[in-house]
Amino acid sequence: MEQYLQLIINGLVVGSIYSLVALGFVIIYKATKVVNFAQGELVMVGAYICFALTVQFQLPFLAAFLITLFFSIILGLCIERLALRPLIGEEGISVIMVTIALSSVLKSLVQLIWGHDLQVYPQMLPTEPIWIAGLPVAPVYIAALILSGLLFAVFTLFFKYSRVGIAMRATAYDQQAAQSMGISVKNIFAMSWCIACVVSSIGGLILGNINGIDPHLGHLGLAVFPAVILGGLDSLAGAALGGLLIGIIENVCDGAAMQLFDIGGFKEVAAFVVLVIILMVKPYGLFGTEEIERV
Amino acid sequence: MSHVLKVENLEVVYNDVVLVLKGLSLSAEQGKITALLGANGAGKSTTLKAISGLLETEDGEVTDGAILYDGKPIHGTHPEKIVRQGIFQVMEGRRIFEDLTVEENLRCGAYTRPRSEFSGDMEKVYDYFPRLKERRKQLAGYMSGGEQQMLAIGRAVMAHPKLLLLDEPSLGLAPILVEEIFDIVQRINQQENCTVLLVEQNARAALSVASYGYIMENGRIVLDGKGSELLTNPDVQEFYLGMGAGGKKSYRDVKHYRRRKRWLG
Repeated sequence: MEQYLQLIINGLVVGSIYSLVALGFVIIYKATKVVNFAQGELVMVGAYICFALTVQFQLPFLAAFLITLFFSIILGLCIERLALRPLIGEEGISVIMVTIALSSVLKSLVQLIWGHDLQVYPQMLPTEPIWIAGLPVAPVYIAALILSGLLFAVFTLFFKYSRVGIAMRATAYDQQAAQSMGISVKNIFAMSWCIACVVSSIGGLILGNINGIDPHLGHLGLAVFPAVILGGLDSLAGAALGGLLIGIIENVCDGAAMQLFDIGGFKEVAAFVVLVIILMVKPYGLFGTEEIERV
Repeated sequence: MSHVLKVENLEVVYNDVVLVLKGLSLSAEQGKITALLGANGAGKSTTLKAISGLLETEDGEVTDGAILYDGKPIHGTHPEKIVRQGIFQVMEGRRIFEDLTVEENLRCGAYTRPRSEFSGDMEKVYDYFPRLKERRKQLAGYMSGGEQQMLAIGRAVMAHPKLLLLDEPSLGLAPILVEEIFDIVQRINQQENCTVLLVEQNARAALSVASYGYIMENGRIVLDGKGSELLTNPDVQEFYLGMGAGGKKSYRDVKHYRRRKRWLG
């Protein structure tokens, strides 16, 4: 039992990172209707930038953190301006191919600069576990949970109350009508890429602190897919919950498979199995907008 | 009498091939309501979109002519800048943001205005449309067609337009609501001191509030005159107001109209 509780806590932490990355994914999808296959690579780039700043340039963590965020904003602007804006109005499949290309480019760049090996962040937080309900939990896990919870709160408020947030939702609903209101659709697109890059970097940064980083970090994008689809592609709450659920499911199923059948590596599959089952019951995900189609 | 908007010999092409406006000219007098009438496909909405710049999102292009706003050419300007200059289009079919609340919709309308004006402007909109106030926290998608149209116009009021382009505000509304909406359009026109260019199918309702009217066919203006004059014009009465002038119509008269149209159009 205790082992499963531990797995659930691990799942929550990993899940909260999934949620963050899913949040970036959903924001881009919501505002621009682009399915971004490079989301995992954005995580990776953010993690490496922070690594470079803390380890190679020996900056204090807080400074590195802020510079990483700044860099992410620039990266988001560049991606939107160079790769996606020329494609406004093109077919969905072309845009998807561009994001796949983008993921390859980013991955290669990272490997070119930092190589293939696992890199480890310096220890920011004490390693001494904190005991919660009789279970040892690493402080970095708790920090991760708090940080992602905080970010979700910030973005929920942003979309609910800020002028730009409301404009983003309006643009997602009807681009032309938004434009007729003086909302610059191009700026909104750029903004959504910036936000996606920022939250992904933060996710990458947390992961780096927990596990260290290597170029395979980009595969996280794939793991986040089930979370996004489960939550329903265009719902922030869905992304949050989907991420947490997938994180827990992965870890618990992995542990169970190990214990009962002695099979390892069930982690990667578990999420997708659950995903297929859920989609059979709720094809629009848990919180997705159902489209009304007349036949 | 000064004209805040002048459209001169406007030519618009969609998709590089379809010529929709063929040398259209019209002007809107400062502080007045001008109506633009015509059958489906005449190019009324295209005219409005050319003025507001929204044409650019639809693969349409102004290939000839000029649009002068306050004497300055504005075509080719991005729609978001045109809104900031004071031209606001209420698009056909209301186009409200259905999964936003009424208040959030109004905030989108006020996007180009300073934040400090928001609450005052919102009260003003609620004053014009008390029904919106009752539903302020409700999702706009759950409102009736009439309320959605009110919201669409309210959103425009939030932007303090100097020139308001209204595209078929009567679309799909019951006659009594049409009357209410047109009353309010008139009030907005007077109280906000904003010029209105009104596109309508409902010729009678439009001409009853408009001081000047244009009738469009096939991308051109075929007839124009004071609102009251148009209402009594026999051709308008027959073809747009459905008053068959009593008794049977001989084919000769129809032919006469067609010929006239050819000359004018």
